[in-house]
Amino acid sequence: MIGKDFTEKGRYGTIVKCAEKTNLNTATVEAPVIVESKKNLRKSLTMVFGCTLLGATAQILIKSGLKLLPQHAGLFELILIGLTNWQLMMGLCLYGGSTVLLVLALRYGELSMLYPVIALTYVWVAMLSLIFFHESVNIFKATGLLMIVGGVCVLGLSQKK
Amino acid sequence: MSTPNSSIALVLAASFIGSFGATFLKGGADRLERNFKSLLTNWRLFAGVATYLSSFLVYTAGIRNGELTVLYPMVSLGYVWTLLWSRIFFNEPLTKGKFMGLGMILAGILVLNLGNK
Repeated sequence: MIGKDFTEKGRYGTIVKCAEKTNLNTATVEAPVIVESKKNLRKSLTMVFGCTLLGATAQILIKSGLKLLPQHAGLFELILIGLTNWQLMMGLCLYGGSTVLLVLALRYGELSMLYPVIALTYVWVAMLSLIFFHESVNIFKATGLLMIVGGVCVLGLSQKK
Repeated sequence: MSTPNSSIALVLAASFIGSFGATFLKGGADRLERNFKSLLTNWRLFAGVATYLSSFLVYTAGIRNGELTVLYPMVSLGYVWTLLWSRIFFNEPLTKGKFMGLGMILAGILVLNLGNK
């Protein structure tokens, strides 16, 4: 399915070019398009996976950082306190990192396949909240999370053909 | 507590704006090169981040009033918009697997939010 895209669409030309470059460096034989596209699929999925992990950790850090801010304070004071709050700052940095990973992933794969995978963030956030904030789990939450994981699997597997 | 229409409108607008964030990032990613200058002149990447930030601001304004369990799942409508843009702007094939996967994810988000009540 993806192999067909390579021949049909010009925008994948950049990826093919980049693959040829690395092949020159490592002095291997040029791989067939199908193998290359499978490699790209795995690469992009791994990157988006990392992106959701970073994003979820960022959310948890920001939430615990916000809890430490005073209830009544001026905007200037809040910004000063916020800047010295390591959880908030670390959370923002991780958000930056997750955006960089997303861009790198999008380089190797389709937007329509990779973007829905970001919903995995919900799963990590729920699991981390369970550990760090002792939030409860119920049948709805568990079912919802399983459905999201199932959906991501369907997306990933449908591309493998 | 009821959810005012203005909150719903703001959150829907945020999901619409946010879907362009991903689209700009994809456009920028396709033009990525291994040198610093091309990174700085890649306006699509900057537009993507700016679009995300503005979508976040609109979203924050939206969830000030109203029920989060109603408003939160509405953000995931952004996934549907993104699917549409990837077809229009990047000519990506919309396969049965993509629709099924996204459908399951959206349903999962809805069910997940029922548990937050």
